[in-house]
Amino acid sequence: MKYSYKVPCKKEKLRDIRSFVKEVLDKHGIPEIDVSTIVLAIDEVCANLIIHGHACNPKDSIELEIKVAKELGLEFDIIDNVDMFDIAAYQEPNLEDIIKKQRKGGIGLILVKRIMDDIQIIKHPKKNICRLTKKIELH
Amino acid sequence: MVDIKRIQEDSYDLLSVVGEVDASSSIELDNAINDAIESGNKKFLVDCSHLEYISSAGLGVFMSYIEEFKKRDITLVIYGLNEKVSNVFEILGLDQLLSIRASKDEAKAAL
Repeated sequence: MKYSYKVPCKKEKLRDIRSFVKEVLDKHGIPEIDVSTIVLAIDEVCANLIIHGHACNPKDSIELEIKVAKELGLEFDIIDNVDMFDIAAYQEPNLEDIIKKQRKGGIGLILVKRIMDDIQIIKHPKKNICRLTKKIELH
Repeated sequence: MVDIKRIQEDSYDLLSVVGEVDASSSIELDNAINDAIESGNKKFLVDCSHLEYISSAGLGVFMSYIEEFKKRDITLVIYGLNEKVSNVFEILGLDQLLSIRASKDEAKAAL
């Protein structure tokens, strides 16, 4: 099954993105604790794109596609037309360093990498896709 | 959306965090903690029993004050995290870096 959702680049829309992902995952009997971490990972990637890729410009939008298949698990495509930061190649910073420098950012992508099983950035001439995969038992 | 109230109780201030802390609302948590420590008090409890969601933006706020707390000799204890929120702290290992307790009584004992 495939679900899609297009949203304007506003931070206030993150709540709607989370509700959309939760609604889809709940339909497939995924345990609540897994739903909560997957929702978090999607929220982190979307927040990153909305804030850093689009400077919260509500005239821009990003699109989220969720594919649910028993043999595949869950596949999330976050589709955008800006250049995407390569999360897959992202080296996790040391938490102690972040604390010492009193930085407030830099941990969202650590969460994404720890929650998801695979992350790919797929570049097309007119769009880029951040594909996140989670292998999970589906009902 | 998040709602944060600060109440002075006995020898400490209680910050009560209700709702969701994400990239759009983490500034409110940041302001509340900043106002609390600027008040001059040294002991704080953070009631998260009605915190429904936290993303890295909110976790980052707590993390960014760890050094400040050490420098100013401030004790801040978080309590009442639900299973889902607690899991997020654990994924990052923040449960080892922040003072977190299950109940208010345990949190008070840790002050």
